Amino acid sequence: MICKDVPDLIQPAVDGELDSAQAAALETHLHDCAECTRLVEAQRNWRRTVRAGMTHFSAPDRLRARLAVSLAEADAAAARTERPRGAGWRPFAMAASLAFAIVASSGLTAYFTLPGEQDSIVDGVVSAHVRSLMAAHLTDVPSSDQHTVKPWFHGRIDLAPPVDDLAAEGYPLVGGRLDYIDRRPAAALVYRHREHPINLFVVAAVAAGDATGIASRSERGYNVLHWTSGGMAFWAVSDLDLGELKDFARLYRTANTAPAS
Amino acid sequence: MVEQSRLQRFNEVAVPHLDAAYNLARWLTRNEHDAEDVVQEAYLRAFKFFDGYRGGDSRAWILKIVRHTTFTWLARNRPSEVVASDEDGDDDRAAAANGAPRSDPETLLLQRLDAELLNRLIDQLPTPYREVLALREIEDLSYREIAELLALPIGTVMSRLARARERLQRAARGSVTPRLVK
Repeated sequence: MICKDVPDLIQPAVDGELDSAQAAALETHLHDCAECTRLVEAQRNWRRTVRAGMTHFSAPDRLRARLAVSLAEADAAAARTERPRGAGWRPFAMAASLAFAIVASSGLTAYFTLPGEQDSIVDGVVSAHVRSLMAAHLTDVPSSDQHTVKPWFHGRIDLAPPVDDLAAEGYPLVGGRLDYIDRRPAAALVYRHREHPINLFVVAAVAAGDATGIASRSERGYNVLHWTSGGMAFWAVSDLDLGELKDFARLYRTANTAPAS
Repeated sequence: MVEQSRLQRFNEVAVPHLDAAYNLARWLTRNEHDAEDVVQEAYLRAFKFFDGYRGGDSRAWILKIVRHTTFTWLARNRPSEVVASDEDGDDDRAAAANGAPRSDPETLLLQRLDAELLNRLIDQLPTPYREVLALREIEDLSYREIAELLALPIGTVMSRLARARERLQRAARGSVTPRLVK
């Protein structure tokens, strides 16, 4: 190899794209040629500077949330086209309003489909969820620290929902927010699982007494779970699949077997 | 009982590459809001055509769609930026010959170039140069991977990258040297 061969090899050398024979030949030449060594080193250093300094942009949460919403909508739209009269939730709801059907049970928790009279609340819960994602207003108090989020609600709402970070279980706490469900103030706890936001709305329970199970419903591409505990009604909503959302509910309920005041 | 829906499969395939997709779109559009719009559009397209995805390199699949969507968007909104500013001319060789720093102090100075200035200078490069730099230096794609994504010969990828770095270095020298003289 002679000096005039070197310029063509600089880029691939700098990028580690020379094959081993070429690399060896270049090394041999550089060993004897200070001028070419300087040339290659200068380019190598410059490449390093650019590589180290160039900004790595990460997708903002706002985009992730927006995308989750529009993909769910696109999916729902596709499902509607495939099944014009739809095996969506409406027939399901009708069946549910006839009978409080038990659809599944897992461990000690019984799962029900939500009865039809809850339609407007379910609709409100899903709308609040979608709104929170679209407006880039997922949290008023963005914090993964339960000791920050829990006191934040104090004085803002007449409820003290249990707040536990479930990061160790794969459901990190993202923050909290005030919202309205069914024209009543609600504490919204925001969790995340993988890329999927979960809103857990907590409102004062209308009826006394804790129901024993968790009710579920699929609506507009979102899964909704509902249960009551300690005088509070809980609504969890997410585009997560039902199994994962149920896992979340189970973890949350287990973490709060004794609801804090 | 746990059968994955089409959306769930898509989320598993495509969402892990959201940062890469956004990064590319952000470097191409140079604007965060435009990048978000473009990526959103690209992902909806990808979801629509997901049945056509036959496995394989999912990042390459997504980046190809993002790239296509971005260039379509640029052509519509900023046509002046997508004119082929990449003619592989002979001025490269001359430019490459001038590429080496002239003195060691200057080399040191360029190495300490602050990142903010560097990124501003990259933003001023023509679109194709910004693109190869983002793919090579951030996504760490090989020449071959870039060549496949851009549907170009490997030799062209290599010379485009060389010219991108060279032009950037000239620009950096231009903005750094006056301070050196002071």
